[in-house]
Amino acid sequence: MSAQFDLGTSGRIIQAATEEGRRALVGYYPVGFPDVATSFDVMSVLAEGCDLIEIGMPYSDPVMDGPVIETAGTRALAAGVRTRDLFTAAEKLSERGASSVIMTYWNIIERYGVDAFARDLAAAGAAGVITPDLIPEEAEEWIAASEAHGLDRVFLVSPSSSDERIVSTVASCRGWLYATSVMGVTGVRARTSSAAPRLVSRIRDLCPEVPIGIGLGVSNGEQARETAEFADAVIVGSALLRTMLKSQDEGRPSDTTELAALVEDLAAGVRA
Amino acid sequence: MSRTEVTDLSARRPDERGHFGRFGGQFVPEALQSALAELNDALEAAWADEAFTTELDDLLRSYAGRPSLLTEAPRLSEHAGNARIVLKREDLNHTGSHKINNVLGQALLARRMGKKRLIAETGAGQHGVATATAAALLGMECCVYMGKVDTDRQALNVARMQLLGARVVAVGSGSQTLKDAMNEALRDWVSSVDTTHYLIGSASGPHPFPMMVRDFQRVISREARSQVLETYGRLPDAVAACVGGGSNAIGMFYEFIEDTDVALYGFEAGGSGIASGRHAATITSGEVGVLHGTRSFVLQDEDGQTVESHSVSAGLDYPGVGPEHAWLAESGRATYEPVDDPEAMEALQLLCRTEGILPAIESAHAVAGALRLGRHLAETDPDAEPLIVVCLSGRGDKDVNTAISWFGLDGTPDRTTGDNR
Repeated sequence: MSAQFDLGTSGRIIQAATEEGRRALVGYYPVGFPDVATSFDVMSVLAEGCDLIEIGMPYSDPVMDGPVIETAGTRALAAGVRTRDLFTAAEKLSERGASSVIMTYWNIIERYGVDAFARDLAAAGAAGVITPDLIPEEAEEWIAASEAHGLDRVFLVSPSSSDERIVSTVASCRGWLYATSVMGVTGVRARTSSAAPRLVSRIRDLCPEVPIGIGLGVSNGEQARETAEFADAVIVGSALLRTMLKSQDEGRPSDTTELAALVEDLAAGVRA
Repeated sequence: MSRTEVTDLSARRPDERGHFGRFGGQFVPEALQSALAELNDALEAAWADEAFTTELDDLLRSYAGRPSLLTEAPRLSEHAGNARIVLKREDLNHTGSHKINNVLGQALLARRMGKKRLIAETGAGQHGVATATAAALLGMECCVYMGKVDTDRQALNVARMQLLGARVVAVGSGSQTLKDAMNEALRDWVSSVDTTHYLIGSASGPHPFPMMVRDFQRVISREARSQVLETYGRLPDAVAACVGGGSNAIGMFYEFIEDTDVALYGFEAGGSGIASGRHAATITSGEVGVLHGTRSFVLQDEDGQTVESHSVSAGLDYPGVGPEHAWLAESGRATYEPVDDPEAMEALQLLCRTEGILPAIESAHAVAGALRLGRHLAETDPDAEPLIVVCLSGRGDKDVNTAISWFGLDGTPDRTTGDNR
């Protein structure tokens, strides 16, 4: 079945990086932090070095996120971020030729209306959606809506996923597969996980055609380089966000200097 | 009561993947899927294993103190129209609430699965105390997550858990109540699932938790049903319970669900009143959504962000509700109504003064609801003498501090005698 894997829009972007003899860099950033307008600017900075921007939606109950993403999300919600700001963010990235996917907890989409969300997101020019708390078994409505509006569907696998679940999850994906490298929540880790290369090698044996993005824990160019040795795409989130939390805490909330340097470091890492 | 009566599992609902109609399911990260599947398999094997059911029944009897009493409340009933109110005394269980029923079951199950560590979320602290108790009994490590607002208002239960050897983590994020404690426990579990069982206390969360908690709590209605039949020679006209996440209520309702002449009433926390927006009446005024791994009614804003709930009762202060209650509400089989803070506190005081029973503030919502129901029934049918069974889910010792501030008591004696005045 992997021979027929549909790369969609975002899978092709990852594949293009591979064809250049490097790996793709995916940068996560939540819309609305420190405020909606500044988050658009931050995403533009990310687009300088990332192949794909993962636009996060802040959520009141982020059970899969560590303290960095939770803190930023709480502040973004307090500053008034709305679901519709996702579409504006995707539109702005699209205008400057950058590609994006959305990362959101499922209730946000369900509340907006599954088909309406897919419709408005496709109109805004985003490539697809990563759904971290939606497993394919619960995704009937989402699969139909994403098909109808031509959006990629990125589901997750983890080191605890059985072979059967990896195969069935990949069968429901379009675009690429998100592999969580550790059993845990999002956040910067001192060392990248040893479970990650094992998981990737299992996926490659089972489903050789699917591009694999690795997330959870990558924080600098060196770790990006290590991860790029086995994954097709390296996903970075908390480390990027941490620079902007620091900027805010130090009273210069729109200062992206440190962020830009990190993006450059990471981009070099996936090209090493 | 025989062993099989405690643990018999006929009439199973939900479907294979945990759906009660359109509610329930599993909305959790893939990382937890294998743990949930393992739990589901272990649960099925345990129910089929007589050694497990025997050990659970023995503990329920000789440790928890089951069967719990059925107590008629004649002086309370004077305030309930023509109704006779009967109390199912879960407050008399070891640790002081119904929570022990589920905790003993899940802790035994966790031990069978080779887990060494139990984690739990708690609101009022009743479930945390019960979990810490079971961990001590079975020699397991225990960590309890509790919202910071709740560790402040339920300090006594924090100390109880610590005395029992548990670690208590105050959760300072979000609304700092039960939902945030659950977030933090889920985060712990996703990182520790190999060694740890997440012992959910509410009839909520991803499948198989709502079904599992219900099946460990249904002993309440199994006993109550036969006790009422034995004492009164008939089924009750109505059964009442408080509903936060819904574990005591589903336990109290379950065996009556097919007795369609028995009305089922769930009383939610109305807080400062529905109109105020400061409440925890999820079924009354929530909308369908996904929270903590399950689809049910959720208090949420128009973007799907969870809205903070409010209640004088920490145990009911939750913006979600178990999926089986959502199904019972939508199907019309059960009726859910809010009881606001003053009404609940008034019932707490009334039960103290008329029957000498100090209920948990959670349970006082059920008492208040039953009083209201009795009065309402007296208006609609003055000749009827309805029999109402109320699940008195917990005792109120933990709530004395709240009662002190609510009623303006200050611990000053009414009079001092003797020479050293």
